[in-house]
Amino acid sequence: MELYSLTIHELQEKIKNGDVSAMQITESVFSRINAVEERVHSYIRLMKEEALAAAAKADENIKKGDLQPLTGIPVALKDIVCTKGITTTCGSHILHNFVPPYNATVVEKLSAAGAVFVGKANMDEFAMGSSTETSYFGPTHNPWDLERIPGGSSGGSATAVAADECIASIGSDTGGSIRQPAALCGVVGMKPTYGRVSRFGLIAFASSLDQIGPFTKDVEDCAIMMNVLAGYDPKESTSVKTEVPDYRRFIGGDIKGWKVGIPKEYFVEGIDPEVAAAVQKAIAVVEKCGGKIVDITLPHTQYCLAVYYIIAPAEASSNLARYDGVKYGLRTADARDLMEMYTKTRRQGFGAEVKRRIMIGTYALSAGYYDAYYGKASQVRALIRRDFDEAFQQCDVILTPTTPTPAFKIGEKTDDPLQMYLSDIFTISTNLAGIPGISVPCGFTAAGLPIGVQFLAGHFEEGKLLQIASTYEKNAAIEKRRPTL
Amino acid sequence: MEFETVIGLEVHAQMLTDTKIFCNCSTKFGGTPNSHACPVCLGMPGVLPVLNKKVVEYGMKMALATNCTINPSNSFARKNYFYPDLPKGYQISQFAYPLAEHGYILLEINGEQKKIGITRIHMEEDAGKLMHDENNPVSYVDLNRTGVPLIEIVSEPDMRSPEEAADYLKRLHEILVYLEICDGNMEEGSFRCDANVSIRPKGQKEFGTRAELKNMNSFRNVQRALEYEVKRQQYLVENGQKIVQETRLWDDAQGVTNPMRSKEEAHDYRYFPDPDLVPVMVDETWIARIREELPELPLVKRERFVKDYQIPAYDAGVLTADKALALYYEDVVKLCGKPKQVSNWVMGDVLRFLNEEKRDIRQCPISAKSLADMITLIEEGAISGKMAKDVIDDMYKTGKPPQDIIKEKGLVQITDEGELIKTISAIIEASPNQLKDYRGGKEKLFGFFVGQVMKATQGKANPQLVNDLLKKMLAG
Repeated sequence: MELYSLTIHELQEKIKNGDVSAMQITESVFSRINAVEERVHSYIRLMKEEALAAAAKADENIKKGDLQPLTGIPVALKDIVCTKGITTTCGSHILHNFVPPYNATVVEKLSAAGAVFVGKANMDEFAMGSSTETSYFGPTHNPWDLERIPGGSSGGSATAVAADECIASIGSDTGGSIRQPAALCGVVGMKPTYGRVSRFGLIAFASSLDQIGPFTKDVEDCAIMMNVLAGYDPKESTSVKTEVPDYRRFIGGDIKGWKVGIPKEYFVEGIDPEVAAAVQKAIAVVEKCGGKIVDITLPHTQYCLAVYYIIAPAEASSNLARYDGVKYGLRTADARDLMEMYTKTRRQGFGAEVKRRIMIGTYALSAGYYDAYYGKASQVRALIRRDFDEAFQQCDVILTPTTPTPAFKIGEKTDDPLQMYLSDIFTISTNLAGIPGISVPCGFTAAGLPIGVQFLAGHFEEGKLLQIASTYEKNAAIEKRRPTL
Repeated sequence: MEFETVIGLEVHAQMLTDTKIFCNCSTKFGGTPNSHACPVCLGMPGVLPVLNKKVVEYGMKMALATNCTINPSNSFARKNYFYPDLPKGYQISQFAYPLAEHGYILLEINGEQKKIGITRIHMEEDAGKLMHDENNPVSYVDLNRTGVPLIEIVSEPDMRSPEEAADYLKRLHEILVYLEICDGNMEEGSFRCDANVSIRPKGQKEFGTRAELKNMNSFRNVQRALEYEVKRQQYLVENGQKIVQETRLWDDAQGVTNPMRSKEEAHDYRYFPDPDLVPVMVDETWIARIREELPELPLVKRERFVKDYQIPAYDAGVLTADKALALYYEDVVKLCGKPKQVSNWVMGDVLRFLNEEKRDIRQCPISAKSLADMITLIEEGAISGKMAKDVIDDMYKTGKPPQDIIKEKGLVQITDEGELIKTISAIIEASPNQLKDYRGGKEKLFGFFVGQVMKATQGKANPQLVNDLLKKMLAG
């Protein structure tokens, strides 16, 4: 077994026993990167020098007996979280040269926990996309089939874990950007409750929906990562001051008697039959573990996509106004006056999908349209949230497919934004309601593409998700396949 | 046709907090460009605003002082527009749910009180400043002012003349400075005013089309701009032309208002709730605590001065226009009594000295104790009022107490009757003609004798005593 293929908890065991050094682990990961990165393209930027220095430091600490939760563990960061002194692009031309003078709170936390940063992972530009094809730095390839997309927007973070180019990674999820690529790449991905993990230093796409979360090789690793990431941050006003439990204690916990809600709106025509079958199998496993299946309804599900595509672009149109060429990032070389500097910089700096969403959002907030679009969408969002509140009175967790289809071909949907938007149909509602969700591998298609099952719980109930997901993971006994690269 | 003027004012007041509204940078005016600017000020990617609670409390003070209702849940919104002095591309302000609404302040107009409604008070962040290179086609951005806390105070269109508007503005200014939440400096822009003005035929209920006036940086300019604008609008109406709703800039040098280029005002701000901030929840306990912290407000103080010190309303108005001045006045009165005399000296000499040097009372070299001592010395007859005029001049210049100055200058008043009788006798003897004329009925010559006595005593003779003695001795 190569070190790069192990999980956090397996490596921790080896470190503790003195079997391996942090340096060996880091070198193993970089040798893997050397072998596969050219084909997968998980990263926008590798941080080898910094990683080796961090590994050396970790080994010193290990020698001193100072073992933090992630000491010596190679972690990839989506290039949407700011890293002090290291270019942070958000997948965009407009930030291709932006070097933040500060770290995101999660970067500080991971660093304090001993993590070794491997590099900045590829992503859809400004996290707008479901395939990592809108990155200014070129697409990322799904390690299970290099002609297919890895999902998005956190595609690079998902493939880095799936292709063993890191041990765990950080992504961000605004409408499914962690869970959807996790499902399509066969790894575990969690979007925590809104307010659970600090957004400070996370480059904003849609501020009321964005949330940082981990990608890991199994559910236990997810708990380990959440222990580091979760918690109140005085630098973020929407961060919530509630106690953070030790998430590891939920791993393998019993789910006997748990009510598992199956929302009928998520099991409809149009789902890929292989996905549907795999999810049905997952339901059966959960039932076998003692879960009680209950039919529930989330009646406003049909409006989720519409609400999302008003609120997210509206917030984005405002969040992205700061990229104007004045202070940092790209500034067009040839402008005669201020207006031209603005328009040319933004025309050259943003890709088509980002421009599309800025225009949609600007329109939705315009005088005379606000009430009909943003105002109405906010009201329906409240109803969607109520749907979940009511559902969680009848069940402990909800189970749904993570995505309607397995990974599609690169280029297949780039000309059809609406088809592309539909890949997030099962994940968007979670962000609108602010609740946590986790995607766990639940099988493969005949062609060998991974499929994910999604669990959802009420606000700040990440523990429940880890409990059911780990129990499911153990009992489903999904074949431990690795992509052949 | 007779017209009625309708004016409403929007005032932006910078709050005197140490740090900015959404980060920990200093709010100090000036400073090397961009030395008070952090990633939050610069609108860097991923950084987030955290509300400075002090700003809310300062806003609440103003709300309570202007009889507003504080919204128990108020929230921030984004006002979106592009400009290089606005790093995020939006200003964080309040829109649908302002801090406070429905208040008023009272003005005294021709001895009568008039209520001017306050529509709303909301919190927002200030923008930066652009500096244009005079020799090259480049501009620079200074973001030191970015994020300095402001409250905007919007009045109802309740004012009916430019004088009323100026008066309202002065009262508002006074309250802000009294509350110690704004330094009120109009030149540095800590207190800024925009005016909405329209005219309508007297008796008409509907408002006329209004113009918004900007760029007036003194009370006087606000009044001048409004006076000009009213005349301009009347001229248009009287000549059958239409008033256009527009923003106009006051040109101080020319004394006119000019329309702003339409491109600059064609904004759709696309307000929406700021998702990075949570609603500000204000409960009754918090309001009660802020209410307790409120100082005595100018209007109340003014009324108390008239009542307690029996001074004219005019005096009370001048003395309470500045809280520190009122404090000074009260300190002096506490030490020497004589409130009207104190008022005369403070309003006359002390304020004149200070105004000449553009200083305020806090920088006054004459301590309350010194002024009280001086007034006491006059009362006791140790110096004359005329002598005191010289003494106070030196007190201001040197900061020394009056006793020292009197001693140094040998200014002690001659109150010794025997000595004065000797002097007067000598003068009478030396002026036989004048004495004859006086006794012959030329009473005006009394002044001549007084002058001679003062001359002989270098002005040190007690005037009352000189009068009495002269009258007796001239009568023979």
